[in-house]
Amino acid sequence: MCNDGGHGMITLTINGKQHQVDAPDDTPLLWVLREWIGMTGTKFGCGVAQCGACSVHVDGEVQRSCQIHVGDVGSAKITTIEGLSPDGSHPVQRAWLEHDVPQCGYCQSGQIMAAAALLAQKPRPSDADIDEAMTNICRCGTYNRVRAAIHTAADLAGKV
Amino acid sequence: MTASIGLGRRFFLASTAAGAFSLGWKIPAAQAATGAEVGIWAEIHADDTVIVRIARSEMGQGTLTGLAQLVADELDADWSKVRAEYVAPEVNNARKRVWGDMSTGGSRGIRASVDYVRAGGAAARAMLIQAAAQKWNVAAAECSASDSVVTHSLSGRRLRYGELAEAAAKLPVPEKPVLKTPAQWKIIGKGVKRLDTAEKLTGAQKYAIDVILPGMLNAAIAQSPVFGGKLVSFDAAKVAGMPGVRHVLAVDDNAVAVVADKWWQAKTALEALPVTWDEAGNGKLSSAEIARHLAGGLDAAEAGLGQKQGDLAAGLKAAAKTVTATYGTPFLAHATMEPMNCTAQFADGKVEIWVASQNGDASLAAAAEAGGVKLGDVKVNKLHLGGGFGRRGQQDYTRQAVLIAKQVPGRPIKLIWSREEDMQHDFFRPITQAKMTAGLDKDGNVTALHARLSGQSIVAYLSPSRLVNGVDPVAFQGWAADEFGYMAIPNLLIDHAMRNTNVPVGFWRGVNANQNTIYMECFIDELAHAAGRDPLAFRQALMAKNPKHLAVLNAVAEKAGWGKPLPAGVFRGIAQNYAYGSYVAAVAEVSVSAKGAVQVHRIVAATDPGYVVNPQQVAAQIEGSFAYGLSALFYGENTVENGRMVEGNFDSYQILRMAEMPKVESVIVPSGGFWGGVGEPTIAVAPPAVLNAIFAATGKRVRQMPLKNQGFFPA
Ligand code: FES
Ligand code: FES
Repeated sequence: MCNDGGHGMITLTINGKQHQVDAPDDTPLLWVLREWIGMTGTKFGCGVAQCGACSVHVDGEVQRSCQIHVGDVGSAKITTIEGLSPDGSHPVQRAWLEHDVPQCGYCQSGQIMAAAALLAQKPRPSDADIDEAMTNICRCGTYNRVRAAIHTAADLAGKV
Repeated sequence: MTASIGLGRRFFLASTAAGAFSLGWKIPAAQAATGAEVGIWAEIHADDTVIVRIARSEMGQGTLTGLAQLVADELDADWSKVRAEYVAPEVNNARKRVWGDMSTGGSRGIRASVDYVRAGGAAARAMLIQAAAQKWNVAAAECSASDSVVTHSLSGRRLRYGELAEAAAKLPVPEKPVLKTPAQWKIIGKGVKRLDTAEKLTGAQKYAIDVILPGMLNAAIAQSPVFGGKLVSFDAAKVAGMPGVRHVLAVDDNAVAVVADKWWQAKTALEALPVTWDEAGNGKLSSAEIARHLAGGLDAAEAGLGQKQGDLAAGLKAAAKTVTATYGTPFLAHATMEPMNCTAQFADGKVEIWVASQNGDASLAAAAEAGGVKLGDVKVNKLHLGGGFGRRGQQDYTRQAVLIAKQVPGRPIKLIWSREEDMQHDFFRPITQAKMTAGLDKDGNVTALHARLSGQSIVAYLSPSRLVNGVDPVAFQGWAADEFGYMAIPNLLIDHAMRNTNVPVGFWRGVNANQNTIYMECFIDELAHAAGRDPLAFRQALMAKNPKHLAVLNAVAEKAGWGKPLPAGVFRGIAQNYAYGSYVAAVAEVSVSAKGAVQVHRIVAATDPGYVVNPQQVAAQIEGSFAYGLSALFYGENTVENGRMVEGNFDSYQILRMAEMPKVESVIVPSGGFWGGVGEPTIAVAPPAVLNAIFAATGKRVRQMPLKNQGFFPA
């Protein structure tokens, strides 16, 4: 009955710390983070790569963790919303605070991770860059504030 | 039917690592010491922290912050020291509901609480002043309060609220405290920052889906895919050996759940579980059949009356020209970002739940009923909602969690719906059609208007006792005599042929105003066109009896520069409405490519909610209403085949994204004297403003939503 592919202890590097998890290889990273490790900042929204609520960084690139099998992570470094900054001081987080971006907030972990990855790649993104990179769904409709906050975050990051 | 497979008692904590958190989290971080309750709305601590009690629910709409502003202003509190905390439903119940109604819907969060929460703040302020006066042995009238400090004006003596709270709490609560006048407001009307943002930026905010408790198990559920179907049997043995699986359980007579150590294991096993359903004769229902059912209502002789003025038949007869058009909108899922979920524990005849709910009272009642226990034996932990939009007023998921927990006593069970369950077992926005008929005289004046609705009724589905002589008043939302903006039309008939189906329907951000406003505002545009008049001028002429509607319409037209030239290929559309106590209007600027790509360049949206608590949050709700309303306009449709919903996830139920989101300029024009809602009114004008602009651009009237079925898509 167990069609769980490979099995055994997997070592993951998350937010700079090593975690041992006993999960089948084909378990989505999203659920390993949430259930095996107990880090719930990364959210479940669809499970089919549509919404981006589950976005994390894998070696600095934004990826949808519901689509990553934990067995495929290997030695890649995972960063989640909990590890983006030690104290909420990442320029994206500061800009989000300044613009009071979140409404319900449920999509915002994913939005913030996507925005942080965009800024790491393009420190001064244009509106077109933002349109292309920010494909996460926000049901509350915070898009315009997300956009404004990304521009502010670019300013803040430029200042340090 | 197998009730449960008794698996071994392997036990380990769902989490032993960073994410585990203990009971009793508060919003925000819990205060160590309890302060003094000065009246019922404010708890004041020695360090001057003011905790404002919140009975309604925060689902993103900003009500938590707005309510705190109302209390804090009347209290003359230092806003930087104000926090907010939910009232527990069972405590409200035990204390004879002193905190009032907990339901949060219909844009009522602020407007239906404003009087008593302001009075609560004012009462607390009077008590603090009285306490200071007694300490100083002076008259209360010689003392004043500001920024959480009471001052004795003659001597200049000062005492902080934190120093006075204990004494103040012992004083009687004044019954009729004096409220401030609007001119005296310091916090009300200010765009202060939300109180609930910081936690949402770091992953620290715990939603119901994030609850982790010692010994907790997780449940995945499958409900009868056919509406009205029943669970017949399932073969638990087939999944018993799968990783983590503990129980396979029937839930009510129409669902089956797998309980496992992890939700992912439960979901994986559920997908492998053989289940037999009884369609109970409902397996043939289709959207095509529903459309025929509704079409039959458009000309039916019998219909429930919404409102009537003058003589419709005479008005149509006298017309030089008659215009008729039929419009329609589909079923729509709410698709909150956080799927339905609830954690429940049944132990020693008591039930405890952790839930995101738009109605704490309803959650309490549902948990008691499902658990078979008294209201007093239920504890409800309310958490912020990952979206509500009307969906979380219903408590089906709460009930299920308790039914499962009752079969696994002693263990907390977290039930999470998959996105597919969430989308296919919603209480959908009801499907309706409207046949609009009007007469114009030779000068293009409207002599008569008939709006005939046909379609499903929310009230008939959810609370038939609220039908009035068989008529659903909600069906006419925005069109009652005291709401409708075109009362100058001399001969008017608005009626509804109720045509129900077995698809569950419910309140969906802005129903039924949002369907009705599409019908009315697009049809008024059609009439303007038939009369050869400018759409703005045509509306203005019809608003002689509706000055507040007119003022908002004019405000939006002015800000949008109505009538001024636009870049080549860009066209404007306009719409207005009144609902949930507020007047709204919008102008959309749109261009449409030859292939049908619709670019919405700019939205200007005006609102008159009477008084404004927080203009920043009003603007956020206006922006969000466009995202939600335009998602529905472009993409939104849930279709029925073989008795069940076809669309299951965001791939087939698309949502507007960043690249498609227009610029939105808010124009807030509070005229004072009343408190209107802001979460929902604007959604009603979003689609018709864009539809009327599409007509201006293309000459094409789209009358059946969504646009994706009519050859239009977002650029
Ligand atoms: S949950 Fe991964 S994209 Fe939606
Ligand atoms: S803030 Fe609610 S879904 Fe984005």
